[in-house]
Amino acid sequence: MAEMHQILLKIGPAAFRIASAWRRPLEELEALYRDFPAPTDNSVDFTVRLEPEKPWRRFIRPSVHIGGDFWLPDAAPLPLGQGLLAAEMGMNLQMALGWRRHLLLHASSVEKDGKALIMTGLSGSGKSTLSAMLAERGWRFMGDEFALLDLETGDLVPFPRLISLKNKAIETMQQVVPENRFGPEMKATPKGDIRHLIPPTAAVARMDEPARPALLLFPRFGHAPELRDMGQSEVFVRLTQASTNYVALGEAGFHALTRFVDRVPTKAMDYQSGEQAEALIQSLWSKLP
Amino acid sequence: MIRDALPLVRALREPTSVKPLTSSQWTELISVARAESLLGSLAHRLKDVSVPDRVRAVLQDAIEAHDLARQQALWEADCARRALADYRGKIVLMKGTAYVAADLAAGVGRSIGDLDIMVARDDLPVVESALLDAGWEWVKPDPYDDQYYREHMHELPPMIHRERDRMIDVHHTTLPLTARPTPDAQAILDNAIALENGLHVMAAPDMLLHSVAHLFADGDLAGGLRNLWDINLLVRQFSEADEEFWMELNIRAKTHDLVKELERALRLAARLYETPVYRFSAGQTQFADYFYVRRLLARDGYGRETRKLTRFAFYVRSHWLRMPPVMLARHLWTKWRKGGTPPK
Repeated sequence: MAEMHQILLKIGPAAFRIASAWRRPLEELEALYRDFPAPTDNSVDFTVRLEPEKPWRRFIRPSVHIGGDFWLPDAAPLPLGQGLLAAEMGMNLQMALGWRRHLLLHASSVEKDGKALIMTGLSGSGKSTLSAMLAERGWRFMGDEFALLDLETGDLVPFPRLISLKNKAIETMQQVVPENRFGPEMKATPKGDIRHLIPPTAAVARMDEPARPALLLFPRFGHAPELRDMGQSEVFVRLTQASTNYVALGEAGFHALTRFVDRVPTKAMDYQSGEQAEALIQSLWSKLP
Repeated sequence: MIRDALPLVRALREPTSVKPLTSSQWTELISVARAESLLGSLAHRLKDVSVPDRVRAVLQDAIEAHDLARQQALWEADCARRALADYRGKIVLMKGTAYVAADLAAGVGRSIGDLDIMVARDDLPVVESALLDAGWEWVKPDPYDDQYYREHMHELPPMIHRERDRMIDVHHTTLPLTARPTPDAQAILDNAIALENGLHVMAAPDMLLHSVAHLFADGDLAGGLRNLWDINLLVRQFSEADEEFWMELNIRAKTHDLVKELERALRLAARLYETPVYRFSAGQTQFADYFYVRRLLARDGYGRETRKLTRFAFYVRSHWLRMPPVMLARHLWTKWRKGGTPPK
């Protein structure tokens, strides 16, 4: 069988081998993850495979199938120009289906003074963009895709992979972040236009440093600014839906999640601009114990 | 780079063989074990061997994942038991669920997917309607598939529980009705052993022969290394526990028309996993054994399937074994026109 190229990456507590039939996606990954440390002893948790959908698709209109240790039977292939996105999706897939050392919430998170702000919600809620924006304004970026809760301590563990900016968020962030922190622009992917952003240096340097969850928000973009209370049972149910491994963890997942919901104050937040969101967050943050 | 799955087989057989592995060899071994659904079994085998820290964490994850799978499988079996509380016949658990329910070594760290049960063929309508009442529903509401299952298969079309999202396969024998060997389903039911909760598992020789039938006569050997690992553990446990086991096994192999299949399974298990087998049960080594080994080990260090031609040959063979040629042609023609794939 055809040889593959490969690189190793460590993001927070997880380490990956990314194997690819083509060099290009790996070169892009290497450039964007240049400041990340190599996995200790070159030891990894997961393998991601980027392969041609059919052997001849290695050369003719190359199309990337996302495989690896964990995979989905109906994953649609991507054109080679979106190979970087395929690699990121492959890593997310390994985490979502295979990671058991933390409770995974589909959420973004940032930290200040040892306390973590966690933002969860459906795609389009703006959680990824908000975390990227706050990371440029004095907060430490902890992750834009998965929030990892320690099953023993309840702490939030960073998973600061590349920030995946979509559509209008690309332009918003281009106004505040220098060009050399951006990856290639990928137009018209299955998730819209996508451009990856390298997290700030501090986020990478401190990626083994956990924080205590202090505030949970359910942001919703495009509605008049407002903060609303949420019942604990609603929060619990929505977080079970936002977790990729709640069921797979069994009792340990239940305990971690109930503790989280008991301890962490939660609000629903509507907003129409980054400035509004920042002001609302500040109003809540200043009142925290 | 690992070129085949032999390092996995060696690690299962002889756990200390992993000691000299480098980081990259560990990464490859883990990918192969995950692809063959054997990481849980491997993790249990390597419990007392010193391994690098991250590897230990990966193995511990696998142990915990399979502990939960075991609990869920037993829960699912109990859900079926309660749904069929009014059914008077025997409900026989099969494959992985049976191994964990009977607390056999073959159940340790084994991945378990669907719930497989077996009941008497005449009782299928009763069982089917009780399950439908209790919340299971059809997965493939396609009339051709439905009729095909009912006329030619050894099981009902698969059902899935609408709340728990778990599948159940209700069997009435161990091989498709169109397959050449014809196991004696009634003999299996007659000899099945009751568990404390009223569910049943097959008697030892039948359980092993079902695993053999599953490996050779009902598929293209995908997942074959895992099946053969089951066979290895069942043989070791049953033959150590009972001196008469080999004799009973030979008699039952004749009853179920699986003598040749049993012989080959024992030869392959002995060859790959050094299973201690009774020589007269294993028959003579055949040239074809080489192709089976080649097929079973077709996996590289990225976890990719290799040896496409060998795989394809076994795929064709699986259909050939499952149905007579004219029927196969008619079946493939119908499926092709519908743009689907044949039922597995």
